[in-house]
Amino acid sequence: MADPSWPDEKSRKLIGQRISRLDGPAKVTGRAQYTYDLQLPGMLYGQILRCPHAHARVKAVDVSAAKAMPGVKAVRVIQGPGTEIQWALDEVVAVAATTEAIAGDALRAIKVEYEVLPHFVVEEKLADAPKVEPGEEVSEGDAAAALEAAEVRVKGSYGMPLVAHNCLEAHGQIVQWTGPDRLTAWCSTQAVSGVAAQLAEALNIPAANVRVVAEYVGGGFGSKFGIDRWGVECARLAKEAGAPVKLMLDRRAELTVAGDRPSAYAEIEVGAKKDGTLTAWRSKSWASGGLGNSGNPPIPYVFQIPNRKHQHSSVPTNKASSRAWRAPNHPQACFLTMSALDDLAAALGMNPLDFVKQNLSLTGKLEKIYREELEVADEVMGWSRRWHPRKDAARGPIKRGMGLAIHTWGGRGHRSNCEVTLHPDGTAEAKISTQDIGTGTRTVVGIVLAETLGLPLEAVQVSIGDSRYPASGGSGGSSTVGGVSAATRRAALNALDLVFAKAASRLGARPEELEAAEGKVRVKAEPSRGFTWKQVASLFGQTPLTATGANPGPGELTDSGVGGVQMAEVAVDVETGIVKVTKMVAVQDCGLIVDLKTAESQVYGALIMGISTALAEEKVTDPVTGITLNHDFESYKMAGIGDVGELVVRMMTGPGYDERGVIGLGEPPMVSPAAAIANAVANAIGVRVPWLPLTPRRVLDALAAPGKGIV
Amino acid sequence: MSEAPKPPGGLSRRDFLRGGGAAAALSSAGMLVTDLAEAAKKKPATPHVPEGMEVFGPGPVPIRLKINGKPFDVRVEPRATLLDVMREELELTGAKRVCDRGTCGACTVLLDGKAVYACSQLAIDVQRMPIQTVEGIGRPADLHPLQAAFVEHDAQQCGFCTPGFIMAAKALLDHNPNPTLPQVQHALSGNFCRCGTYAGMRKAVIAAAAVAVQEDAEEETPRPEMPDGPMPIKKMEAGGEDDEKAARRARRKKKRRQRGGGDGG
Repeated sequence: MADPSWPDEKSRKLIGQRISRLDGPAKVTGRAQYTYDLQLPGMLYGQILRCPHAHARVKAVDVSAAKAMPGVKAVRVIQGPGTEIQWALDEVVAVAATTEAIAGDALRAIKVEYEVLPHFVVEEKLADAPKVEPGEEVSEGDAAAALEAAEVRVKGSYGMPLVAHNCLEAHGQIVQWTGPDRLTAWCSTQAVSGVAAQLAEALNIPAANVRVVAEYVGGGFGSKFGIDRWGVECARLAKEAGAPVKLMLDRRAELTVAGDRPSAYAEIEVGAKKDGTLTAWRSKSWASGGLGNSGNPPIPYVFQIPNRKHQHSSVPTNKASSRAWRAPNHPQACFLTMSALDDLAAALGMNPLDFVKQNLSLTGKLEKIYREELEVADEVMGWSRRWHPRKDAARGPIKRGMGLAIHTWGGRGHRSNCEVTLHPDGTAEAKISTQDIGTGTRTVVGIVLAETLGLPLEAVQVSIGDSRYPASGGSGGSSTVGGVSAATRRAALNALDLVFAKAASRLGARPEELEAAEGKVRVKAEPSRGFTWKQVASLFGQTPLTATGANPGPGELTDSGVGGVQMAEVAVDVETGIVKVTKMVAVQDCGLIVDLKTAESQVYGALIMGISTALAEEKVTDPVTGITLNHDFESYKMAGIGDVGELVVRMMTGPGYDERGVIGLGEPPMVSPAAAIANAVANAIGVRVPWLPLTPRRVLDALAAPGKGIV
Repeated sequence: MSEAPKPPGGLSRRDFLRGGGAAAALSSAGMLVTDLAEAAKKKPATPHVPEGMEVFGPGPVPIRLKINGKPFDVRVEPRATLLDVMREELELTGAKRVCDRGTCGACTVLLDGKAVYACSQLAIDVQRMPIQTVEGIGRPADLHPLQAAFVEHDAQQCGFCTPGFIMAAKALLDHNPNPTLPQVQHALSGNFCRCGTYAGMRKAVIAAAAVAVQEDAEEETPRPEMPDGPMPIKKMEAGGEDDEKAARRARRKKKRRQRGGGDGG
């Protein structure tokens, strides 16, 4: 086999360069067709009647009027009489009609009687919860004694609410039956292979008969791994109606039931020696993610404090289940931990940068990476030069401050397979049933294929987003880039082996004496002796050459475990409470970078999403009705282009990083922003704002009652 | 929803909305209140139409739209939005449906040169106005400089919001070819991106503006108008700083006027 590892820096032509995404032109011209954009002949429109109560029992459902309406082709009761419904906007009846308007009319003609039951939806105060599911207590050393003995200790409470995924392309799909037990589903999904399996199981049809297609996907962020009940019902409507059905969620459903990140609240005590060395930690956290998906943030985060005790409780609420949301559990753990540590540094009178450096030995094997990244961040932000103790002494209402946070993530490549085809016309194609949810997966596959075959990027074709291609994992946990890069590399190398074996004798050389470079297969020692790829292809006649490859697993081509450092600078108006993020610096490692341009975009995007969650985002549920109140873009606040200040991204590359292999990047830079921003606000105004998002009201509340915490 | 209390005349708000309104509007013309009540009891077959007023619908009616320089004849219900007609009837799916209520900007198109939300325009209302969509300003193999700049600066990730941002940015550059960063941010503040591509967008729009200004300076002739872009690119006036300031002021003033007219940006 040709050299199975990644080419070294000197011989890399494409890997690590700044390369524009392959599907960029299709997207900027509106030619990229998403699930929401597709139309099939005779296609019907599906819509769902949703329960208006957070907890209720269905008493009666009358769909007769809807069924009788002209244009209505199928009506399915999803949750009939006797069913207990556990959250608002859960699915009750699905209809399919010839137009969206008729489908909407049909929903309005359906009569459902409910017995309304008591609900619980606001988990901020643990004492109010009717039910708490305590988790196991995790303990190391003697936290109580160490806290007692600590020279300096602080106690605080902190909290962050549910935030929505709010993908711009709503969840949904089009299902077309192509036989009695055979269908094609175009899905807005981040798990093409997985969703195909789920559909087959739910509909009890052979998995081989289910084809799932997702050419372009308008965002996922962790909320689109499942076919969901609406997907299965879409298939059943299509079967009943005998026509393809398109069912996309409306924005209200999208923002209420299609995914959010669990909340997190904690009471924390932390102690240190006078020199800042951390000695003790004790914490109690709670969270909710609907009935039972609260997650369990790893607290204390990153720093393995010698004496520590932590216990997490899940609070069931009558809300739709939370879903994986970029870096599950980590933003919560980071915000809670880094807030407490920053308060401790303030009590110690220490510069947080010095405090973090003082304790870096507690971060384990990432210590060296953090140390290098802190140096870079310090320089780019001008931290050491400009830092001031808590409470900006400047006159006037605008107070400035800086904050920092550090984070980690795994990002190991998932199971992935690739098939490389050398077509008779000399073009090369990679096929993987992965999906590009905006991260640049398509481009990464193209770069690895072209690099390995010694071709320019324009000469290769990438085919993804179809479950008929070789299986590949879902795009979650930053596992995609490692999985698809390694699989593509292996498949391309296996193809090269076949090519070299065939071409060697014609070139009067041994296979191992050949290389694929500069658009040719040639003799290494005598580059002028070689074939073009078209000539190579002709050696195989009219039957294309194919070779497959799989991600060989950890340690070969990929790795896991990255470190990142972020610093935020804010300006806070203490008269209005308005926080502005004026600058953010992100320094991130992710092993060998395949495409520097799209890698940087991941980090920019995470900073922006992070600013948004730190300053604005919060799902608000009414305790009286149990309804999510802010289910549109007017009231579910997100950062706009004018709300993000200067952003600086530095990727760690070169020796010490590249040789680790490819590691995922979607999650890690999403972890620190809110923590860094909250710390910057504390530095600016001199008091901790213990709640996210850092809204004007919360800033003013904290200024009026410093140290109150959340409880 | 509970029935609203009936006013003394016996005509409820709902009756009014259901069709009694036309009759009620005539009460000052001599109709008796008792007649009104009678009228309200009957289901009005057709609403009364004042003389000289043409009624369309409620069923599909023929309309003609002029999009990207091409006429489209189509039959749609009068209540259909421009966005839905483009997407459902004309295979123009570049403009996206996201919020469908005039907040997110994903459906931004240029209407008579101004950025508007296509979800908030009735198709029947915009028949005589040139409409430009993202499909009309460049093709994948022949990108408009703005589109090329979006690709170059990776001002997109999932790409779902991208067409809307492209159109909002195009409206800006058509009216203000050399914008400042705050002007770019203002013009794009009517659009949302969830992946977080604002950093790339800021660079892309400024870079595209620089290209356009450069081309203007080199060509010394006005850039050809796009088929449906009636707003000519304003060239920077050569001259001293004062002239430049005056030109900027004029552009700002013009922009303010346009914004007052319901600019999507």
